[in-house]
Amino acid sequence: MATYPENFRYTKEHEWVSINGDVGTVGITDHAQSELGDIVFVDLPKPGTRVEQGKTMGSVESVKAVSDIYSPVSGEVVEINETLADSPEKLNSDPHGDAWLVRIRLSAPAEINNLLSAADYQKYTGA
Amino acid sequence: MSQAAPVLKRTPLNTVHRRLGARMVDFGGWEMPVQYSGILDEHRGVRTAAGVFDVSHMGEIEVRGPEALDLIDHVTCNAASRLNAGQAQYSALLYEHGGVVDDILVHKVDDDHFFLCVNASNQDKDFDYISTLNLFRTNVESADDRYAQIAIQGPRAADLAQKLTAIPLAHVRYYWFRDGEFAGVPARIARTGYTGEDGFEVYVAPEEAEAVWLKILDAGLELGARPCGLGARNTLRLEAKMALYGHEIDASISPLEADLAWIVKFDKGDFVGRRALEKQRAAGVRRKLVGFEMTGRGIARDGYEVQIDGQPAGWVTSGGPSPTLNRNIGLAMLPVEAAQIGRTIQVMIRNQPADAAIAPTPFYKRAK
Repeated sequence: MATYPENFRYTKEHEWVSINGDVGTVGITDHAQSELGDIVFVDLPKPGTRVEQGKTMGSVESVKAVSDIYSPVSGEVVEINETLADSPEKLNSDPHGDAWLVRIRLSAPAEINNLLSAADYQKYTGA
Repeated sequence: MSQAAPVLKRTPLNTVHRRLGARMVDFGGWEMPVQYSGILDEHRGVRTAAGVFDVSHMGEIEVRGPEALDLIDHVTCNAASRLNAGQAQYSALLYEHGGVVDDILVHKVDDDHFFLCVNASNQDKDFDYISTLNLFRTNVESADDRYAQIAIQGPRAADLAQKLTAIPLAHVRYYWFRDGEFAGVPARIARTGYTGEDGFEVYVAPEEAEAVWLKILDAGLELGARPCGLGARNTLRLEAKMALYGHEIDASISPLEADLAWIVKFDKGDFVGRRALEKQRAAGVRRKLVGFEMTGRGIARDGYEVQIDGQPAGWVTSGGPSPTLNRNIGLAMLPVEAAQIGRTIQVMIRNQPADAAIAPTPFYKRAK
């Protein structure tokens, strides 16, 4: 059974964000990876890209389908997880850890209040 | 959540799929397993050992009567007259204008009895179509509710199937079939498939399906066989360049365009669609199905636009990752003048061009 870290915040589109100072680390949830199945490709925004809460910022692809990634927060992409280009399957094995997607410098930290807690997210997904 | 979910059709194996933990999805109106252990694992399992698929959603039509062959030869483009009893043939039903009604398997049971396996989503259309053209002393019967169908595919498929039947399967050649006992019940065992591997498609009565399915899995355990979903079936058939209705072929695409000229037998006499295809052949086809491999970053998906020199030129009919080749592959419909092996094309992936090269097909061919 997957654990959903208490200190993360979650979207209904199945992303998570973990805030550290003014930077948020973003990933997809265990529920998302499980629904997608074998992940074979990840398309991430370049560092420097400005992203907006709730807007598409990239995509994850499983063998079967393409799924958009929606940014859980607004701000500027400061770092992307380069290892996913060669090892997208890490998203299946460690979605809440090693397989984070991007780090974003927050431009509107209060937006975090629009997101779900771990408990609410699990209720939402019926986990 | 405001919309009522459509009522999905279920195969006789629905309960057992759920019990065994398959992921079920809506597949053209059928609730089918898309995966068991995972598409990649299942795909590789079929290429190296064996996979077991529920394909009971496929439709069956029985054609019986003294003029059964005349009807079949009239409504299909391949030459059913060349079949011996016990032999199967890949064929298609065509419209007068040369487009494809459906691609089908024709099994000759006897001189006056043919058994058709047709696509799930086309079965009503096919039945109506054949019935309308049935001006012969022949009875056409929709037999879908009398059959469940289980496919056993892979290099160990014959070893696995042999454990469950006394029929010497070494004597059942590719695209031949035998009726007999399988896993203790009456069955039709055809050496056919949709994966590019050796294997069998086994037809049994729906009420026997669950017991047969479990016996196959049980017998297959020591051979490395695993249950598979339709996700792997699709990646397997794509590598083998086998057509999928609604993608490589449909009412607007002729078999000549879809690289299926080998199932069109102009020398067999008249058949529906013949005139249109003769015209197309004389004039030369303008577009053609080709294979490609992505050389740029990204995965081509069904329906994506293909450009050549910045101009729209065609579309991806099927695309995705190839688990065997570890590359991203696809099939595309392109103008014939562009269809040269090695040529660079661009697949539009979310409005961005990504390079691909036209490649020889099939992408995968099993060692004989």
